[in-house]
Amino acid sequence: MSATTTIAKRWVTPFNVFAAVVFAVGLPLVYLRWFHGLGSVTNLSHDVPWGFWIGFDVMAGVALAAGGYVMATAVHLFGMKEYEPVVRPAILTGFLGYVLVIIGVGFDLGRPWNAPHMLLQPGLASILFLVGLHVGLYCTTQFVEISPALFEWLGWKRWRKIAVSITVGATIFGVILSTLHQSALGAMLLITPTKLHPLWYSPFIGLFFFVSSVAAGLAMVTFEGMLSHRYMGHRVGIDHERLDRITLGLAKASAITLGAYFAIKMVGVAHGNTWRYLGTGMGVWFLVEVVGFVLVPCVLFAVAHRERRPRLARFAAFVTVVGIVVNRLNVSVIAFNWQVRPEHGYFPAWSELWISVLLVTTGIIIYRWIVGRMPILDNHPDWGSIH
Amino acid sequence: MSISRRGFLSGLGATALACGSTEAGQHTEHSTFPIPDGRMGLLHDSTYCVGCRACEVACNRVNELPPPDQPIGDLSVFDRERRTTDTALTVVNRYRVDDVDVFRKHQCMHCNEPSCASVCLVRALVKSPEGPVLYDPDVCVGCRYCMMTCPYYALAYEYESPNPRVVRCTMCYPRIVEGQVPGCAEACPMGAITYGRRSDLLHQARERIAEHPGRYVEHVFGEHEFGGTSWLLLAGTSPSRLGLASLENASHTPLPELTKSFLSVVPLVLTLWPGLLLGFYAMTKRREEVSEAEARARVVEALLSADEETKTKLAAAAARSEKDKEKAIAQAVKKALEEQAAKGGAS
Ligand code: SF4
Ligand code: SF4
Repeated sequence: MSATTTIAKRWVTPFNVFAAVVFAVGLPLVYLRWFHGLGSVTNLSHDVPWGFWIGFDVMAGVALAAGGYVMATAVHLFGMKEYEPVVRPAILTGFLGYVLVIIGVGFDLGRPWNAPHMLLQPGLASILFLVGLHVGLYCTTQFVEISPALFEWLGWKRWRKIAVSITVGATIFGVILSTLHQSALGAMLLITPTKLHPLWYSPFIGLFFFVSSVAAGLAMVTFEGMLSHRYMGHRVGIDHERLDRITLGLAKASAITLGAYFAIKMVGVAHGNTWRYLGTGMGVWFLVEVVGFVLVPCVLFAVAHRERRPRLARFAAFVTVVGIVVNRLNVSVIAFNWQVRPEHGYFPAWSELWISVLLVTTGIIIYRWIVGRMPILDNHPDWGSIH
Repeated sequence: MSISRRGFLSGLGATALACGSTEAGQHTEHSTFPIPDGRMGLLHDSTYCVGCRACEVACNRVNELPPPDQPIGDLSVFDRERRTTDTALTVVNRYRVDDVDVFRKHQCMHCNEPSCASVCLVRALVKSPEGPVLYDPDVCVGCRYCMMTCPYYALAYEYESPNPRVVRCTMCYPRIVEGQVPGCAEACPMGAITYGRRSDLLHQARERIAEHPGRYVEHVFGEHEFGGTSWLLLAGTSPSRLGLASLENASHTPLPELTKSFLSVVPLVLTLWPGLLLGFYAMTKRREEVSEAEARARVVEALLSADEETKTKLAAAAARSEKDKEKAIAQAVKKALEEQAAKGGAS
């Protein structure tokens, strides 16, 4: 009796109950999607072929998984050793993020089993081909980057040594791939000048996506540091003070990146001479995005850094993350098809959202499983630094 | 470390080269769609069109589609603007222009430089030499990027199918390769749809405008829009009032051109980034080595300035450290010089 209660206590946590509900409702939806077509669970239409799955699971997902390459560059290439404790969690989140993105794409593709044709007869003029190829390669690269943790856990010394020795190489390869596919995701919209709202359409859209992905990556690392400290505290190898120092350092970097991003967004408006749209409803929404979700967190980060207020920095990181999601949804869904009449418009079905939640929940479960076992948040004393 | 780094370098170089050459191939191969002389087209003269929808019936028949939702004689279909769907490859819509009903037939325009074909990552869509843009469902992955990019909203998808296809007008490719006329053109009782060589149709269209100046606006829609289309449209009013508002003043630049500047940056990144990043890495490495050597020097100094007793006690150790320090600095300098030389030799 008492044994069962302890087990029950261990398993009946709020998160597990939440996950159970998500899966209980979600799995039948997954069945529907695969056996009765996309129309059975989504509100996609002939006019709106890309909806929440592409906007959130893919576009936002890839940006928010940018922490891996951003932190690996800072530490392994620029030698910013003080950030070493957050590199592994960042790469792990990045890796899992990309795995989820690939699964998300799989859900959205009508005929994913034809995917091998991508290599057999590649459409080389397609920016989506570039994205697909690079996301695949990058996911593999991130696996290599995170593999030392796996080998430490397994105790495979020889393998770990090999994996560590190619860290710098993998990092550089990862940065190249990331630069390209982060910007390529935005550049995919270059071919739709009549369909994407002029405030969002810009020849610089690739650059916008790349710069904002750096901001997204930094914000996610900040945010994740806090979450794992709060919920996985027993595994975290660094104390609060050190985490705060890291947070403030990231805040400075975030302020600079967001400032630059805001500036080029304005250059975009000036270049396209789209000022006149700012007075319209879409214009207000555009201002909400670039002021409320870019300029405001930029200032908050700067204040947090100057006044040494890590909690403010974490709040700013949260705002930034929401802002990136808003931007990616705007570009691919909300500001897209802006001239299509409202009755042909799109709002995601609850089942569409539910499947996205199912994906994210799966990601969190895998993250917790790995972090609870492998040396991700702490450094195993036997192994030392990667350098 | 240095050995593995070098090994890695050559590996990376090879990868970059491999990627670079794939990337380079695309410019010559796919992004321009050659225009052979014999390319066919269709001309819809909306001033003859009475909205009888005989073309829709014929299209439904030759493509063996399920019967339409509303009976064909039901005039209420015109109450709202319709678009093409997976069971209706062409639709005729009614527009009220200055108190006159104008009808326009809509379907895939079969662009000269189709954005749909250029963005397809498996080349499931291709522009045929005869004119029609063709689709192969057996390679299509169903990403629907083609639907995203078509400026005419001409593509539909089988959302209810577990094995869905992209659906659009085929310009009756199977018929025209056998020398037949497309179903809609054959069926139109008003002669509003003319099938022929695109160049001849353009000629005809201009003649009609010249002969009846009051009847038409001076614009053959589809002649230049985004590089031109196989379907051409003649009308007595601006196409922007006939459901093509988003294409008012459409550019003459083919849409696939808009991605070229980005694609040309790709090989640049692939070749520049590795060098730049390795440079940064080398700088970081050297900075670390120098600061390490300096730190050791400071320890030795501290020892030397300690009080006499400690000094004597640690004299031997200090001497050893001194030697180490010299060695470390000498080594760091030597390595730095070597790297400099290697870099200089490489560039
Ligand atoms: S009208 Fe649309 S679907 Fe037809 S060829 Fe042009 S881009 Fe492709
Ligand atoms: S949906 Fe099919 S035809 Fe359209 S771009 Fe994707 S793979 Fe090509």
